[in-house]
Amino acid sequence: MPVIAPLDADSFVVATCFLGDVAAFALGDGSVKFLGGHVDHLSVYKDGLLSAVPAQDGRALITGGMDGKVYQVTAEGEATLLAERSRKWIDLLATGPQGAVAFASGRTAWVRLQDGSEKEFQLPRAVGGLAFAPKGMRLVTSRYDGVTLWWVNAQGDPQELFWKGAHGDVCYSPDGKYLVTAMQENALHGWRLSDSQDMRMSGYPAKTKSMSWSAKGKYLATSGAQAAILWPFSGKSGPMGQQPLELGVRSDSMVCHVCCHPKEDMLVVGYEDGMIMAVRFEDNAEVLLRRPGGGPVSAMAWDAKGMRLAFGTQEGQAGLITIGE
Amino acid sequence: MSETTDTRIPVTVLTGYLGAGKTTLLNRILSENHGTRYAVIVNEFGEIGIDNDLLVESDEEVYEMNNGCICCTVRGDLIRTVENLMKRKGAFDAIIVETTGIADPAPVAQTFFMDDDVRKAARLDAVVGVVDARHVLQRLKDTDEAQDQIAFSDVILLNKTDLVDAAELQNVRAVLQKLNPYAQVVETERCAVKLADVLDRGAFDLDRILDLDPKFLKDAASAQAHEHAHDHDHKHDDDCCSSGCCGGDNHEHKHDHGEHHVCGAGCDHDHSHDEDDGLHSVKSISLRAGDLDPQKFFPWINEVTQLEGPNILRMKGILAFKDDPQRYVVQGVHMIVEGDHQREWKAAEARESRLVFIGRDLNQQALKEAFMACVV
Repeated sequence: MPVIAPLDADSFVVATCFLGDVAAFALGDGSVKFLGGHVDHLSVYKDGLLSAVPAQDGRALITGGMDGKVYQVTAEGEATLLAERSRKWIDLLATGPQGAVAFASGRTAWVRLQDGSEKEFQLPRAVGGLAFAPKGMRLVTSRYDGVTLWWVNAQGDPQELFWKGAHGDVCYSPDGKYLVTAMQENALHGWRLSDSQDMRMSGYPAKTKSMSWSAKGKYLATSGAQAAILWPFSGKSGPMGQQPLELGVRSDSMVCHVCCHPKEDMLVVGYEDGMIMAVRFEDNAEVLLRRPGGGPVSAMAWDAKGMRLAFGTQEGQAGLITIGE
Repeated sequence: MSETTDTRIPVTVLTGYLGAGKTTLLNRILSENHGTRYAVIVNEFGEIGIDNDLLVESDEEVYEMNNGCICCTVRGDLIRTVENLMKRKGAFDAIIVETTGIADPAPVAQTFFMDDDVRKAARLDAVVGVVDARHVLQRLKDTDEAQDQIAFSDVILLNKTDLVDAAELQNVRAVLQKLNPYAQVVETERCAVKLADVLDRGAFDLDRILDLDPKFLKDAASAQAHEHAHDHDHKHDDDCCSSGCCGGDNHEHKHDHGEHHVCGAGCDHDHSHDEDDGLHSVKSISLRAGDLDPQKFFPWINEVTQLEGPNILRMKGILAFKDDPQRYVVQGVHMIVEGDHQREWKAAEARESRLVFIGRDLNQQALKEAFMACVV
């Protein structure tokens, strides 16, 4: 077993990430805890924290809360208020190029640019997910019956892509050629952006709550089944007509979180019983990283070198797993 | 699931049209010194303030599930809010959802059965309808929503009784009784209600179907029988659309004597459909029979809930199946049907199957005949 440095998070671990060498854990009780830095703990929200994502430059964690505030939190323990929407829950966040932060509540999404100015985007139905394109200041908002794509700094009508049903989490492939959403109906939907070709990825017994692109965007790993489901995206037509990989199959627990290694063709798989396994794509070789316990795995992140894994669970257990030196 | 093992957060849904007194009831619940911490979900922050730590505004987002059921709708905003609330698990003990005056209660209720994550975290305790004694009759004439809200309620708070005279109050009672004879009606002024009358009702709990049905309770045998219902170990089947559209394949049983519900001595509602005939397309249909053949009953209930699902607001039943020593209980909302064995029939109690539909434009004669065809 690899070495685990535990952290008593004591609250639902909403997200984790590395800010340089420091692991940050954003917790449902409104605090952020750190491992490996000079500061252990920072109380950011009085009520609760709903969302957190690392800034694209990796220097800060952006958080959204039940009090409608969006903060930028650093490993030095500084929290800077970026935006506020009183009485709204900020449960969706995305970070973009040049310090841009997108956040949403109800039927409105906003982008805060680095200079502090804000752009507002109205939708007819609630925003289900947010993501920035890998290139250009382009924002995608998922919604009921499809997604809407906006040029943040340009006027004009947004681009709409339709597919019936409720769309939640959304992500771009790293090459920017595909968009994938997790739907209410235990399925993913994808679009090839060059021609708006639809791709339906189904067969899940549960909703997909976690998606992660493998190194160089070869696969999209997803949760929602008794194995991590990895859809191949390296061919010309993405996953269409291809069988996904099924890695880390278990008969007694469901996969609820996935996180691909930043360099190697392997990923870590988090299960509902708290177990974490590392699995290699090539031969499905498995290494147990954490035994079951502490509720479903709710957050995982690799450091930049892929040597250490931060993790957290819904019942407030967390820690750092060192894979190698 | 027995109460000792069900750790899911109970959810109470408050329904009722604007001005009926929902917010007054909400504040009453919140201000009472009961030690329970609530998370409150409101559709809009109204003029009356709500003093509660965990309070969220939630825009109504009705999602159709893409499974072929036109009535399988859920509230996407509630799914998300419950999911978000779970990040604060431990900070509250129960959830109250206050809907708008024009909200359809069915998608709210269905959310707690259709979405797996919500089901795992929370259980629908009861739908409480707040009704304004002075305006309810007019509202019933004006809107379908008002009918649906009453038909859907497990508890009806007949509020503002001080604003009407005795004759009008009696009239209102009779109309409510007709729309939904299975709800418990609590008459109040300014929503002054004992919290036990609206909270922890277990109205969707299969084990407690009997407890909440005053008409069923009038039957001495079942009244006696229900006392020990909680001593037994139950397993619950997964609920599903009975039509099979959700991939489930659930059973339920029911049979029927085809009788209307039996009115008690104090019941003064109108059986003859005279002056308000046609005004209320919502009505309840109560069916009774002896032992049923499950091979006939399940295909029928699947079919009827598939075909009539959009019109069936609520369904509840207790069924006796041929050669089955256990009672089977069933409850449903539109096309979603949930059923399970409850406990052994007692020696002293008559084996009988009873099924109640509350719905819109239901064909009573056809339901009765089809139900009777399931009798062994």
